[in-house]
Amino acid sequence: MNKYMIHLNTKRCIGCHGCEVHCKANKGLPVGPILCEIDHKPLKSIRGVPKTEFSFRSCYHCDDPFCVPICPTGAMQKREDGIVFVDFDTCIGCMACQGACPWQIPQHNPETNKAVKCDYCMDRVDQGLKPACVSKCTTHALKFVTLEEM
Amino acid sequence: MKKSVYSICGMCTVRCPIRVESENNQVTWIEGNPHLLDGALCAKGSAGAALISDTERPQQPLIREGARGAGRWKKVSWTTAYDYIADKLKTIKTEYGPESVVLSSRGGPWQGMYKTFIHAFGSPNYTNHDCTCGRNTHHASLSINGVGRKGFVYDIKNANHLVLFGRNMFASLRIAENLQTMDMLDKGGKLTYVDVRQTMTGIKATRFFQVRPGTDYALALGMIHEIIERKLYDADFIKRYVTGFEELCDFINDYTPAWAAKECGIKEKSITAFVEEVAKDSPKVIFHPGWNLSRYKDSFYASRALHILNILMGNIEMKGGLIIPKGPGDCGVKGIRSLDCPKPDIKRADGVGWKYKHFDKGPGLAHLFINNMIAEDPYPIKAWIAMRHDPFCGLPDPQQQKLAMDKCDLLVSIDTHYSEFGWYCDVILPESTYLERDTPICVQKGPKPRLAVRRKAVDPVFDTKPSWEIFKQLAERLDIGSHFPYNTIEELWDWQLEPTGFTMSDFDDKGFISLTDEVIMYDRDNLDGQFKTPSGKIEIISKKLDDAGLPSLLPYESPEKPSKGMFRLVYGRSAVHAHGHTINNPLLSELMPENKVWINKRSAAKLGINDGDLIDVIAQGSSYSGTVHAHVTEFIHPEAIYMVHGFGRQIPLQTRAYHAGISDQKLMVGKLDDWDKAGGAINLCEAFVAVRRSARNPKRRVEL
Repeated sequence: MNKYMIHLNTKRCIGCHGCEVHCKANKGLPVGPILCEIDHKPLKSIRGVPKTEFSFRSCYHCDDPFCVPICPTGAMQKREDGIVFVDFDTCIGCMACQGACPWQIPQHNPETNKAVKCDYCMDRVDQGLKPACVSKCTTHALKFVTLEEM
Repeated sequence: MKKSVYSICGMCTVRCPIRVESENNQVTWIEGNPHLLDGALCAKGSAGAALISDTERPQQPLIREGARGAGRWKKVSWTTAYDYIADKLKTIKTEYGPESVVLSSRGGPWQGMYKTFIHAFGSPNYTNHDCTCGRNTHHASLSINGVGRKGFVYDIKNANHLVLFGRNMFASLRIAENLQTMDMLDKGGKLTYVDVRQTMTGIKATRFFQVRPGTDYALALGMIHEIIERKLYDADFIKRYVTGFEELCDFINDYTPAWAAKECGIKEKSITAFVEEVAKDSPKVIFHPGWNLSRYKDSFYASRALHILNILMGNIEMKGGLIIPKGPGDCGVKGIRSLDCPKPDIKRADGVGWKYKHFDKGPGLAHLFINNMIAEDPYPIKAWIAMRHDPFCGLPDPQQQKLAMDKCDLLVSIDTHYSEFGWYCDVILPESTYLERDTPICVQKGPKPRLAVRRKAVDPVFDTKPSWEIFKQLAERLDIGSHFPYNTIEELWDWQLEPTGFTMSDFDDKGFISLTDEVIMYDRDNLDGQFKTPSGKIEIISKKLDDAGLPSLLPYESPEKPSKGMFRLVYGRSAVHAHGHTINNPLLSELMPENKVWINKRSAAKLGINDGDLIDVIAQGSSYSGTVHAHVTEFIHPEAIYMVHGFGRQIPLQTRAYHAGISDQKLMVGKLDDWDKAGGAINLCEAFVAVRRSARNPKRRVEL
């Protein structure tokens, strides 16, 4: 059972893409992999104001993830709290995980030649902090939700 | 070793407060100051670490070897570079007088240092970028309220209604202001947005006016008319503090909402419905008087009209309105010391102060130097030092500027990155990035004033220097070192703080020193003396403008319509770039590698342009053009095309930015001369350009 999720309050989101860079900067990622993405639908006029709806996508941390069993070295793992993460010491960068994922969520890091994906910044979560994208969201639109509390 | 410091961001010139963590001289985490922003930071702020490691910035002083702009550089030591500059400046001073040197910088809290340098050298010619930014708004506020653009802060959080004319705040991103606006909206507040296109700010609006380009002033006049007609203004406030109201009533008579609607291409009932809302929301309605209103020929008067709307609301010095910023004196604290040197009593070369007497003399007007330099009138200019200012990117028509710069014996760029101007210079002095440098302490005025300071998070990675050291070193060599009474930044900080009784350790807790615990508000019934106009009142009819032979209430003139195949060029910014500063940042370039050109669906159809097609955008006279992708949308006015400013850079060492996208300022051929005689700023949206579907759209691709 997943313990966490990231919720976007679309009313506060301004589509500034800050979260994408907060994530990359925290993980020290080079140009290439982008682990979370803000997207929006084409503008549509609603009562005279062209509006849009934003969406935030990182990794779904599936209950039964395809990326974990396909990994030949056991580098892709799911923690008890539901976080799906890559163990970089054992990852060989074969990217089978990316192929298995319906959304191709795991990305290739050209600097390390390994897979990388959203792990809710588990090192931060384990210290009682929030994921980078949530901590630094420009308008505090992103929330890190612990599901048990709902 | 792990380290955490509070500092001030420098990715753009908003200067949000930040906290930076580092380990072994590597930045590991940057966040918005938790005490002020609860961690919030934008994409640019997080990309700061990528700026440090970017090797495509100058890494040591460079002296030009080839022709200007050829990009052939000799790497030199700091001593060599300082000596070279000082020798040249001494020669110029002897031959042409000290006034033949111009120094330009960005605006902001640290101008004092640069001004001190150039004034001490003997030149009155300090200038900054503001003629392409807030000069119209500044002068508009001065003419009405007697205080400049920064003479009010906007208490958006407590407002009922915020009205923005082209102020695309969710792309410009002053985070504290953005959070206030979001909180206001969350509480049920309203946002009215006016622009020629829909923006990320406009999508959050409760009301949106897509107006014909150049008609902001008409819409504001229509609003004033309806508010006066329906007597929705604060009559007591006006009686107590305002002069010229009767003249305004006479003037506004013909500018009905029906007239404004026709002029702007919107519905009359939207204007009256808007005023209906204002009636309910007043007095807590804030009409933002504009930021970068250096746009249309009447932007100065549009800004004045927005100020007048605030005055009609009577929203000055109240919760949810415009609040007069307070300083150390209001808190019973002595102010800090700052570097200063009186301006030499010599005529400015831009004409401000003697030829143009109604302008604020402070930074003058940068664009007015150019033609004067070419004509060598009132005297020759022989050197231009640009301190983190990029005239070739900020001002229109760099080719015309080059004619003026070619008259100079010395061009110096002090910057963290290669600027377009720097690439044309004789010497580049690489400043350390904001994460690698300390800066002097500054006062941040407001309802709760504070002292702030930027402290370096890591030591410089390359052979770069902070500006306090660069100017000290140059000053020493020019025998004006006594104006810079320090050897280290610690000595400078101590000297600044000495009168206040505070010490540097007082910054340790939160990164700033709060000068008051409570918000300070003046008595609204006793605001006499706050409006520094000749009469001491808020002047709708300005004596200063009268004296300059300029109208206070300008009769409206309809903007020019573009001819067939031509479009009015409108520029702006996106949330992931800070104009030309960040285009080459690896992480930001990844998000937005080039700009597109927005064009209206119907206009595009007439030209056979589909979304995503390559189009050519061509300047008047065809001396510059660019080929970029079209973004075809119904949410831009058919008369305009829009692009994000800062692109189309031509510095080969910036591999990511080199020739990426198109430059608006290079398309503004001849537009240095199109400026506002009343407000002072350049009319940056008065250029017309040709657009056609590019022949480079692929049909077949034959390779061999």
